[in-house]
Amino acid sequence: MISVAAIFDSAVTLALGILSLSFLVTIYRIVKGPTLPDRILGLDMLVAIAIGFIAVIGIKTGYTLYVDVAIALGLVGFLATVAFARFVLSRGKTEDDIITEAREAAAAARREAKAASRSGAGTTTGRPDND
Amino acid sequence: MTEIAMLASAALLVIGSFFALVASVGLLRLPDLYTRMHAASKAGTMGSCLLLIALAIHADDIGTMSRALAGVVFFLLTAPVSSHLLAKAAYAVGYRLHSSSVMDDMKRED
Repeated sequence: MISVAAIFDSAVTLALGILSLSFLVTIYRIVKGPTLPDRILGLDMLVAIAIGFIAVIGIKTGYTLYVDVAIALGLVGFLATVAFARFVLSRGKTEDDIITEAREAAAAARREAKAASRSGAGTTTGRPDND
Repeated sequence: MTEIAMLASAALLVIGSFFALVASVGLLRLPDLYTRMHAASKAGTMGSCLLLIALAIHADDIGTMSRALAGVVFFLLTAPVSSHLLAKAAYAVGYRLHSSSVMDDMKRED
């Protein structure tokens, strides 16, 4: 018969392992995430996993002081997500919009350079304001 | 501490971390932002809340227990708000749904 303490210890170890795995998977999504909201969502998920980590560490070591840290971390994560959402809203364009704008600006600059070289030594300004 | 509470705490630990793993796998595998948000904000919240409840069951004193439960309530209140704000901002800015989506209730009629 396995003792209850042994079951509990193995459950704590298993929980730490699974949480580490999900942490790594979430970090992969943050690094790869094609758009900004994907990364924000990954950071939100990271905060949730960190709160779970704090709970497991509090159970394992008995340092229940960390529960306060978990509450504060939840507050900070909430505020960070809200602020990032406001930033996405105020930026007002997606990554596709930015790429399209850059391509159009590059095409316009190329056309202008071609026209300038065809007309000889005209007033060729490089137009550095096209980002 | 009784053995029943210890076993319940162990079960909640394993189930909660499994929910966190499911959420992160959903974050990895689902095709666009909105479906990923569905995985992360439901299963992820569930996972960390279950882990905090396991801590509350395991704790000896009332103070730790009440703080862990306060953390659960706080997290349950804030997670839907933040993910709703993020989804609304992303939709308003124009991030598209994945092409396999079958329904878009917020699509403008024009």
